[in-house]
Amino acid sequence: MNHTLPLLVGIPLGMAVLTLMLSKASARIADITAFLTTLVTAGIAFTLVGAPVSTYWMGGWFPPFGISLVFDGLTSIMLLIVNLVAFLAIIYSLSYMEKYTAKPKFYSLFLLMVAGMNGVVLSGDLFNLFVFLEIASIASYALVGFGVEHQELEASFKYLILGTFASTMVLLGIGITYSMTGSLNMADVANTLKGMPSTTSMAFAAGAFIMGFSLKSGLVPFHAWLPDAHPSAPAPISAMLSGVLIKALGVYAMARVMFNVLGAAPIYMDIMLALGALSMVVGGLLAVGQWDMKRMFAYSSISQVGYIVLALGLGTHLGMIAAIFHLLNHSIFKSLLFLSTGSIEHATGTKNLRKLGGLGQKMPVTATTTTIGALSISGVPPFNGFFSKLLIILACAQAGQWFLAALATAVSVVTLVYFLKAMRFSLFGELPKALKNIKEVPFPMAFSVITLAVICLGVGIAYLVAGPAFTEIFLQPAADALMDGIRNGSSSYINAVLGG
Amino acid sequence: MLSHTSLYILDMALMGMGVYALIAKRHIIKKIIGVVTMEYAINLFLILVGYRAGGIAPIEDAQISAADLAARAVDPLPQALVLTSIVIGLGTLALMASLAIKLYEKYKTFDMSEINRLRG
Amino acid sequence: MDLKELSRDESRGMTLIVKTISRLIMSFVILFGCFIIIYGHITPGGGFAGGIILTIAYVLLLLAFGGKVAMAKLSNFWASMWDNIGALSFVVIGFLGMTGGYFFLNFLDHGSPGHLVSAGMIPLCNIFIALKVGAALYAIFIGLSVYGRIVTEEEK
Repeated sequence: MNHTLPLLVGIPLGMAVLTLMLSKASARIADITAFLTTLVTAGIAFTLVGAPVSTYWMGGWFPPFGISLVFDGLTSIMLLIVNLVAFLAIIYSLSYMEKYTAKPKFYSLFLLMVAGMNGVVLSGDLFNLFVFLEIASIASYALVGFGVEHQELEASFKYLILGTFASTMVLLGIGITYSMTGSLNMADVANTLKGMPSTTSMAFAAGAFIMGFSLKSGLVPFHAWLPDAHPSAPAPISAMLSGVLIKALGVYAMARVMFNVLGAAPIYMDIMLALGALSMVVGGLLAVGQWDMKRMFAYSSISQVGYIVLALGLGTHLGMIAAIFHLLNHSIFKSLLFLSTGSIEHATGTKNLRKLGGLGQKMPVTATTTTIGALSISGVPPFNGFFSKLLIILACAQAGQWFLAALATAVSVVTLVYFLKAMRFSLFGELPKALKNIKEVPFPMAFSVITLAVICLGVGIAYLVAGPAFTEIFLQPAADALMDGIRNGSSSYINAVLGG
Repeated sequence: MLSHTSLYILDMALMGMGVYALIAKRHIIKKIIGVVTMEYAINLFLILVGYRAGGIAPIEDAQISAADLAARAVDPLPQALVLTSIVIGLGTLALMASLAIKLYEKYKTFDMSEINRLRG
Repeated sequence: MDLKELSRDESRGMTLIVKTISRLIMSFVILFGCFIIIYGHITPGGGFAGGIILTIAYVLLLLAFGGKVAMAKLSNFWASMWDNIGALSFVVIGFLGMTGGYFFLNFLDHGSPGHLVSAGMIPLCNIFIALKVGAALYAIFIGLSVYGRIVTEEEK
């Protein structure tokens, strides 16, 4: 029994409310409470790395009857990503959000979103997964529209409609699963389903789950909201959405439900493979034509999430490791890129590549971090993105999917092309006359992006120097949790929850 | 008296209506009505899952034995789920309504096809 | 104008009949809401339903007397404050359960089923949920009806 698990949900939830209350006295307090809360949750997430698999019974009610929180390898890495990026995004917001009114409301919604995401990755039963998914989603709808201008409202409304549709689909899946198995506890459902022949109803439920979670993660036939929502949100929220939200609510939830609950049938894996490959290619090609920096990065997110889902769909051990590694890396460099773009927008007032140029001379810090992020994501050694993409391509080849391996390689060249375009038009070349007087961003913003850039480089070097050890600590437990679903029908997951 | 299966079919038809309104209608309020209809169809679905013809309320008391209660009572869990899901629906609806008001204030229209500044 | 003058102002809100009936009914609606909340653990109903009924009392006030009177009775500042207090108390009671070993443990005496003082902390949870739901719904109603009015260019 690990008593820190409910704190990860309870603390941000309580502090979201308290922040709003205290801010009525003084708006400054909100800065401090938000900073401390995310510091504490990030600290807890760090201490949990490498902790053994454990279950927490809420209120002392044991599973399958009570609500349980389950901690395993996959949860561990997701918690680390969510809380680390949230902490850095809050530091960034300290000065970035100055230009908005109602900063305490921003922090409150932000903490609510963090609580929701922590809840999604910790939840051990399907219905609480849905509840936390909705908490995180509703907070993110409001945060996307936080600017309350034409574009923000439009993007928020589109996101809200499609997001609600996705949640409804997930709820439909949960309803069917409940009617077939009579339980909501994930381990119990998996246990019951193992002894049942596959039915049309369960296939329908799986379809509803795949549709719902694909919408949340922005995979290609369901991606319409993503390129609108990510650029319209304030920069720290873009970083959170692209960096962790689509992964916690989309990729993680899909992987957990498909592998550990529904039992990874080959047809589901093929669907994931197809969705992943399609997103990878279409997202990459659409990104090339963009002139709005954040919109380009949003399409790039679609493409990179496609890589992750593709690697998951391979269903091999190397595929899992590659997927988890790319998930970790993408959340770091994509939040770095969105925060850097936010810095550029903060200094210049525009994110249109046609109006930018030559920022390298005026903003050395931002230029360096943007370059590091762009090199990482396009897979240039020795940055972290290179290794995870290499692993994905190797995993494709190992699984005998030579076509997909070639496709992944080709898309990584496309990625390099559009990031070179972004850098060429923003950082190099002639500085436009309108931007003669720009200054480097204030310290908190610079601190966040520098930290993320150091992590980018650090992860790459750590993998280069001590690859096996790095895999052992961070990637292996998560990959094992997923492989458990493929190899032995989630038996160790079921034992951990029901037998413990 | 409708059979159980036809209730499910009617419920799915209700959901289909919601999806139709969501996809085909351009008016923001009609889209919102579509989303809400869809949500309520799912809530109804969950209630149907726990429904038992001629069932009794799942409340334990002295007159009825535990085994008898288990055999005759309706399933209370879906009802708890539906209550939660209605609350979530209320939150989403409030957000949708306020966004619709704000969108009208900015764009002076409820037509979604005219609200199209985001392209590409 | 103070509250009394506002509520007597004939140009605001609906007719005298509606105002009188609302004034008479409002206390009973609140009483009924409190009943639903307090008996939530032994009869149908509970925090959510009771909270909604409490809101309805204030919505009745708003519809009959107009936004100003309702806002003077319960401003949106206090609505949001009660909302926060309800939510915070709910989380705090969850943390208090940790003194007994588990988050959200029902640590109070359970009593005997069917009595008013029984079921440990569930009645407390109902009261906090009612505060949270009632105040939040009132704030939403105020937000959509009073502040949500579409401001056209001419009015600006």
